[in-house]
Amino acid sequence: MTLAKTRSVSLVGVDGFVVDVEAAITSGVPGLHLVGLPDAALNEARDRVRAAIYNSGEDWPNRHVTVSLFPASLPKKGSTFDLAIAIALLAAAEAVSPLSCAGLTLVGELGLDGRVRSIPGVLPAVLASANAGCQTVVVPRPNGAEARLVPGVEVVPVASLRELLCLLRDEPPPTEDESSEPIPHHGVDGLTPRTPDRRADLDLADVRGQAEARRALEISAAGGHHLFFSGPPGCGKTMLAERLPTLMPPLEPEAALEVTAIHSVAGTLPPDQPMITKPPFHAPHHTATRAAIVGGGSGRVLQPGAVSLAHRGILFLDEAPEFHGGVLDALRQPLEEGEVRLSRVEGTARFPASFTLVLAANPCPCAAAKQMDCSCAPNVRRKYISRISGPLLDRIDLKLELTPASRAELRYDLEFAESSTVVAERVLDARERAMKRLSGTPWRTNSEIPGPELRRHFTPSGEAMRAADEALQKGTLSARGLDRVLRVAWTIADLAGRSDPGDDDVGGALALWNGRWT
Amino acid sequence: MNGNQMLGQRGEDAAAAYLGRLGWKVLDRNWRCSEGELDIVAYDGRLHVACEVKTRRSTAFGDPLEAITERKAARLRKLALRWAAANRVPGARIRVDVIALVCDGDGFALEHLREVC
Repeated sequence: MTLAKTRSVSLVGVDGFVVDVEAAITSGVPGLHLVGLPDAALNEARDRVRAAIYNSGEDWPNRHVTVSLFPASLPKKGSTFDLAIAIALLAAAEAVSPLSCAGLTLVGELGLDGRVRSIPGVLPAVLASANAGCQTVVVPRPNGAEARLVPGVEVVPVASLRELLCLLRDEPPPTEDESSEPIPHHGVDGLTPRTPDRRADLDLADVRGQAEARRALEISAAGGHHLFFSGPPGCGKTMLAERLPTLMPPLEPEAALEVTAIHSVAGTLPPDQPMITKPPFHAPHHTATRAAIVGGGSGRVLQPGAVSLAHRGILFLDEAPEFHGGVLDALRQPLEEGEVRLSRVEGTARFPASFTLVLAANPCPCAAAKQMDCSCAPNVRRKYISRISGPLLDRIDLKLELTPASRAELRYDLEFAESSTVVAERVLDARERAMKRLSGTPWRTNSEIPGPELRRHFTPSGEAMRAADEALQKGTLSARGLDRVLRVAWTIADLAGRSDPGDDDVGGALALWNGRWT
Repeated sequence: MNGNQMLGQRGEDAAAAYLGRLGWKVLDRNWRCSEGELDIVAYDGRLHVACEVKTRRSTAFGDPLEAITERKAARLRKLALRWAAANRVPGARIRVDVIALVCDGDGFALEHLREVC
């Protein structure tokens, strides 16, 4: 047999495509020829595979070997095909039975010593393989736990090419102690692993005063509404925002898988924690570029950006006016659609990006504690705050101007401050109520209901809508604004346990949308 | 004649003997022209075959087959066509094989690669 076939997976964004890897030995000048649009890293597979085969004690077939990656028109990148190429090659040379590897999907990068190295994006790769009907997947050992998250797939974690060959030949595994060699726990692509969760000891009770802001956080957590805090420094904007994740319920299994897939592709999965179950919290610095926020990269290597890393969680932009021009406005499309599509010559990658946006800003550059002490000229103030554009503010449901906590609040409020667990329980109740109402639809929270659907099925009574009608009449509320106010009104009603929003709920939502608490 | 040349000579003899055992008729050995030299030209009963013989003492510096690069293959093809022209054989009726020999005790381990180009 001089022909062998196996499978691997190519990733475009967070979507995997199963790629057939075929190897044929034919007459011709000895050498390995790789066809099927490989990129530079994949072309180097030739040398990696050769060294790995030699160092695993196998014979290199000194023949004209053609390795083809099918479909040939799909551009392929990276080093994840190494393992599949090596096995197809050895099967074509009859070093292993071609039948033993025909039904396998293999992903993994080979070290020169024959070790199988971990790769980013194992979870989406295994998902793609399962969807294509291939039930046995060989993955690098460090990625084994991540691969097992996919139900109904037999995962074969291997540490070295030698070990995999022994498995395919039904021989006992190699006796040399592979595990004694410590595998350095570096992040994939040389990234440092994520810092340990510093959210663990945060609690809403730490914040003193700011009852309105707490309430806004609760509404945001219950309905997934976007939030904007403005206020002088030191009044607790950042503190509040950082405590939003503690109010949110853990991710549902389906959402957790989605979030984990994104972080797997980005290479930001902590090695000891294969599944992300808590809503992610992502707070990029204000020097972030547009590509860092929405995702990007050149050619075939497209990386998810901050909006995707915050998928099903919170994207917190502190000092929002300090972000470079255009960065904030790049958020407008993902805010509406819940996903980012990055288009390059080689194709379009899709990254989910449905997140809760939290913005924090000082009211002016001098940011005096009391408004009357402000030394900024009016046009400077106007210019500063206008860096957050109208269209972006129009998409934010809850806008809040914070004032510094009073002396009484700072000294005595601690006893009355509710802790995160108490609020989180109310949030969970509200979410369950919303979910019951939305059962049978693809939406889970009030903020996800599309406008037309909202107006068709979820319009409160005329009585309750009076405040909104007035605002529309005066022109202070846009059509999109009305939708947003309605969604928030539903969330407020859910939190209060009412089955229908009343005029209080709509009025409260309208006040939060306008940025004034009446 | 230095050691390497003697080894090459022994290798070519061994290769010719091997082809004889296959039942091929050796037509020419060390055929030269201005472009270079063909080690062995044989007839396998169907086609004419120009054979390049590579001999090495060990594989410490790589398998002899690895010495066949695209450039060398192109040169062999050209030489084969030259031989065909000189001997009035149609160009499509000749092919190039490579025989690799590695010393193994007194004899050789032999590998025959057919139709390289």
